[in-house]
Amino acid sequence: MNVGDVVRALFVVLLASWVLLPIVISILYAFAPSDEYYSDKPIPTSFTLEHMKLLWDLGAREAIVNSIIVGLGTVILSFLLGVPAGYALARYAFPGREAVKLGIVATRMFPVVVIAVSLLKTFLKLDLADTLLGLTLAHTAMALPFVALIASSVFAGIPRELEEAGFVFGLSPLGVFFRITLPLAAPSLTAAAMFTFLLSWNEVFIASALTLTNRTLPAFILTSALATPIDTIKFAAAVLMIVPALLFILIARRYLITMWAFGR
Amino acid sequence: MTGRASTGLLRVIREWYKPLLLLAPALAYLGLFIVYPIVDSFATAFFYKGYFSLESVKYLLYSPLSKFWEALRYTLVLAALVVPIETTLALIATLVLLQPFKGRDTAVYILTIPIAISDVAAGLIWYSMLTSKGFINKILLGLGLIDSPIVFFGYEYRDRALLAIVMAEVWRSMALVFIIIFAGAQLIHKELFEAAEVFGASFWVKLRHVLFPLIKPSIQAALIIRTLFAFQVFAVVWVLAGRDVPVLAGEAYYTLVELYRFDVAALYALVIAALSMSTGVLYLRFLRARHLEVGRS
Repeated sequence: MNVGDVVRALFVVLLASWVLLPIVISILYAFAPSDEYYSDKPIPTSFTLEHMKLLWDLGAREAIVNSIIVGLGTVILSFLLGVPAGYALARYAFPGREAVKLGIVATRMFPVVVIAVSLLKTFLKLDLADTLLGLTLAHTAMALPFVALIASSVFAGIPRELEEAGFVFGLSPLGVFFRITLPLAAPSLTAAAMFTFLLSWNEVFIASALTLTNRTLPAFILTSALATPIDTIKFAAAVLMIVPALLFILIARRYLITMWAFGR
Repeated sequence: MTGRASTGLLRVIREWYKPLLLLAPALAYLGLFIVYPIVDSFATAFFYKGYFSLESVKYLLYSPLSKFWEALRYTLVLAALVVPIETTLALIATLVLLQPFKGRDTAVYILTIPIAISDVAAGLIWYSMLTSKGFINKILLGLGLIDSPIVFFGYEYRDRALLAIVMAEVWRSMALVFIIIFAGAQLIHKELFEAAEVFGASFWVKLRHVLFPLIKPSIQAALIIRTLFAFQVFAVVWVLAGRDVPVLAGEAYYTLVELYRFDVAALYALVIAALSMSTGVLYLRFLRARHLEVGRS
């Protein structure tokens, strides 16, 4: 082991702790009894569910249910619309394809603030404001460009020869898609679906603007949990928010790098 | 001329109806939920009951409640601080993690964690580090480096709150920059490096003349994507400083949710969109340039 290796190891450890330490600390503090948090001890040693329970009773439970409904709805709707679009972009060289792709990239870059302000106005007229359906429609708009582009890169990575073999063995075009293409694309698409769920789960601006009583978790935290003067409740809120994120990294980490390498 | 154009269109439809049919629902949806809101925002910002009106602009520039210039300044300052810092860090991380060693994959996964973490949670996580009873203050007090806790939050301390915001934003969004640059670097063939080594290239020569030119597109892409998102910064700021550190998206939220001034909120949205658009034009131009390069090779 030479000096270079030691420097590298030190740097890697430093980077990893820079990412991990704040997460670990917020989790420890979320489960620390108040008197320990307000003491001088940097690392709490006891455990309590008190703050979590308080947050739960304040309305986190309903907010989590809302978040799950909107997240699943967004995944279903954006996949129904985005997977066929991605397939078309990957498999057909039609005129204007590049323009369509660039257009989708452009919509993905569009500020959510624009969508939120305009949709609130429209939804108030249509009685869709403060409904989970309205929020699902808005989140689908945000997620759809991502789904279409990822699906396109996933399908582009599946060899055409496999589909042609399907035709040779007498499958119909739909049969080829459902029995050959889709199963091959399934792992990557599952990872993309999980990330789409997270996009919706994490989104706070549209959610806070469009809902009032039917809050999703981040909207509930932004309006209710932040209003409490109790720090430990805020840490509990952070922990509730990051559970799906940590699960996602644990399950789908292998796909993350490739998703971004080809998803643009 | 028009006749020929329309038969041309018909021919395109006849030949390409399959992909068009597959694309139509998604494109219609994006039109309805993204393109229409842009048009609608103009109408909301500049028209009142059917007549052209500059009330929103007046509010933005002259109302004592308006924090427009401050918000614009803070938004630009935050972008100018966060984006270069995180790009430099991500670049160094990519260099260090490019060559395989024991535990490298774990390190890569750890660095990517924050991409899945929301801005609300990131703000709260850094709040647990930085409050008067937070981890950093307790450690510094314990070591005797400070006598009283460093206060990061509250109106008088908003310069420190800005520091906290920069830290939380770099922490949260460096993951995205790292993933884009690292993914780009991984596509580079090992043979290139080996060839450079065969010819006796030093580490710095490899870096400057082999690696850097090849990951330049990834760096540019990451820079532009992050700048676009930085103009929309909201929740981290809202959690850590509220309106003590006003930003454009935060003011849009405040005028919309607290004041019900749709026209002003729409105007804020348009200002953010204009900032994004000017960056977006750069992005599209750069993408096109890359497509041309691919076409040539």
